[in-house]
Amino acid sequence: MKKALLLAAALAVTTSASAAGKLEIFSWWSGDEGPALEALVKLYKAKYPTVAVDNATVSGGAGTNAKAVLKTRMLGGTPPDSFQAHAGQELIGTWVVAGRMEDLSSLFKSEGWDKAFPKDLLNLISTNGKPWSVPVNVHRSNVMWYNPAKLKAWGVTVPKTWPEFLKTCTTLKAKGVAAPLVVGENWTQQHLWESVMIGTLGAANWENLWAGKLKFTDPKVVAGFTTFGKVMDCANKDASGLSWQQASDRVIDGTSAFNVMGDWAAGYFATTKKLAPNTGFGWAPAPGTTKTFVMLADSFGLPKGAKNRTEAINWLKLMGSKAGQDAFNPLKGSIAARTDSDLSKYNTYGKSAAADWKSNKIVGSLVHGAVAPESFMSAFGAVIDQYVSSRNSAGAAAAAQQLAVRAGIGK
Amino acid sequence: MKGLSKDRLWSMAVLAPSVILIAVFVYGFIARSVYVSMTDWGNDPAQALALEPIIRWVGLANYQELFTGFLQGRFRQELVSTIFFTVFFILGCLGLGLGLALILDRNPKGEGLWRTIFLFPMSLSFIVTGTIWRWMLQPGGGVNQAPTLLGGQPSTFGWLSSTDALWKFDWNKLPLLTASVVGLVLIVLAVRAARSGDRTRTLVAAACAALLLGWALLIGPNVKLLPAPELHGFNLALIGIIIAAVWQMSGYTMALYLAGLRGIPEELREAARVDGANDLSLYRHVIFPLLAPISLSAMIVLGHISLKIFDLVYAMAGPDNISTSVPALNMYLTSFRQNQFALGAAIGTILLILVAFVIVPYLSSQFRSEEGHA
Repeated sequence: MKKALLLAAALAVTTSASAAGKLEIFSWWSGDEGPALEALVKLYKAKYPTVAVDNATVSGGAGTNAKAVLKTRMLGGTPPDSFQAHAGQELIGTWVVAGRMEDLSSLFKSEGWDKAFPKDLLNLISTNGKPWSVPVNVHRSNVMWYNPAKLKAWGVTVPKTWPEFLKTCTTLKAKGVAAPLVVGENWTQQHLWESVMIGTLGAANWENLWAGKLKFTDPKVVAGFTTFGKVMDCANKDASGLSWQQASDRVIDGTSAFNVMGDWAAGYFATTKKLAPNTGFGWAPAPGTTKTFVMLADSFGLPKGAKNRTEAINWLKLMGSKAGQDAFNPLKGSIAARTDSDLSKYNTYGKSAAADWKSNKIVGSLVHGAVAPESFMSAFGAVIDQYVSSRNSAGAAAAAQQLAVRAGIGK
Repeated sequence: MKGLSKDRLWSMAVLAPSVILIAVFVYGFIARSVYVSMTDWGNDPAQALALEPIIRWVGLANYQELFTGFLQGRFRQELVSTIFFTVFFILGCLGLGLGLALILDRNPKGEGLWRTIFLFPMSLSFIVTGTIWRWMLQPGGGVNQAPTLLGGQPSTFGWLSSTDALWKFDWNKLPLLTASVVGLVLIVLAVRAARSGDRTRTLVAAACAALLLGWALLIGPNVKLLPAPELHGFNLALIGIIIAAVWQMSGYTMALYLAGLRGIPEELREAARVDGANDLSLYRHVIFPLLAPISLSAMIVLGHISLKIFDLVYAMAGPDNISTSVPALNMYLTSFRQNQFALGAAIGTILLILVAFVIVPYLSSQFRSEEGHA
């Protein structure tokens, strides 16, 4: 270990001595996700051996800490050369509107990315046709997880729509399953809300909602809230004390039948819980969203005033390339944002998700930053919380509409 | 400049750095925050983080938004929660701390060890305490499983996840409630002043009380802060957090009380006994009155801790659990997640005012008594 450290230190000295350039990348990938990022850095070093890569990671839940540090650095005038952000409005609503990001149109054109990425995805990461970040991976939000053996024992099938789900819920309750659906802390409830809303509204209306063409106070959206309330009646009462992993555990041990969670749960079931896909754990698109892929993606952008612009652009090129995405994603447990990835490198779940990615309608996730800026999303958690305790659909819809106006959605 | 002896010059020179630093980094920043809270910085997302943001003066609009805005129900609940939290936290710490101190004051075996054990939680940071208690208060966790040790059923109480609340009241009635409570207090003051024969005080207090109660009865009911009724109350999920906080800080009050008890001269106790006091009346008439100043300082210290509490709640319930949220948490989220800096600054200023209510009277009384001694 010590030797390795020494060697690394020596290498660092020699590389920085001969380094033609430096590159600082800023992310919240550490722990489980660290190796995936390492693979990318390794690839970058193989291609540009003279560049010293500074991997600045600020760990902590979904980037909360990293985002705070990033704000300090950006406001302080020392932006990292390239930083991680959830693709879509989370980046656009915070940094692009503030005029601090560079337009990547020319890069997308020269690399042929306007063909390599699905069109729906390009729309989500662009404003007025200008893309702002390079998506490196894709996760799916609208997945419903279950335990196939348990479903068989209860004699129920996977519901295809939300009304069907409510029926299944009544059946299961009659069989003594107190909470057929398991949810966890606040964000997992928002996560469920988005699947219920897309399942009730349909993908097109979901897009209209975020384009400002459909108001939250519209009867359709209010009805979506009411359905969400009914779905929550099927859920456990101790939700806010559970992490998403603890919630997933309850599906496996049969306390609950279903859980709507992003597809990082596949990695949890397969790697941590050592369960076999399709027998140990099963999945289906969330009810009502069969041909829809609700995506969230991590992406990297180029802040204005980056000290090592050329190196950063090379980094972005690597992240968007087929080789880069296929090195990163199998390790991260996500799929490539490109549609031409080498599927043999992915696991069973990944293959099925990648097939859907190519064929389904793609829309953005709310709770994971694709369709709404942070200013909306963060306050929306309180709306959901209040709704869950008050069950006032019209009130929640009105609050959401005010939030949308304040956050400038659809402007 | 005769007064400026060499000594005095020296003392000024030595004090100057800290005076300047405090002036800039404490009072300067307070002033800056108060200024920011009266602007619209961050209300328009495009201006929040821009290189040259356009910031306009909006006066008290942010405060108005917090107390009456449709979207800020969360903040109002937090304000109510923080009051309940403070009351129960202080009562819990004082009660438990006094109890422990009284037991230890009787010199039980291994007193030093017990003292260390009770004081020990204080050496932990709130984050550590919070994490430990979070595990114990899990829905299927230690505390809920405890009854099974005695052969009972595991409890299902949602320590941190309950969404139920007690003592709910409509926020619209807040001006009415406040006016009534203050009015009643003034009446009590007036009666007291009348008894002690202070005429002007009686009149002033009575007049103020009449004015307030009159307002509360005649105008108060028509004041509407919000268009619709909004219920706030004591969230049961806070109980878990109060337990953890009391667990951590009661050792500290115990130490304070123990010092106070040890400071009571033995002669006083003996004198009381000679006069025929039994244990109970010894405590009631001699010891507790002598401990009153200690209770006051403990209340001040605990009060400002509980009003500002952030880390314990963050560690125990996370930032997005609205039932346990407190204003400090909301300030952080509003400023640094929603980028609404002005609104965050307004919450911060309200917190500062709340803490000032606790600290300033204490400081001024302290100051006065020191001057009296000098």
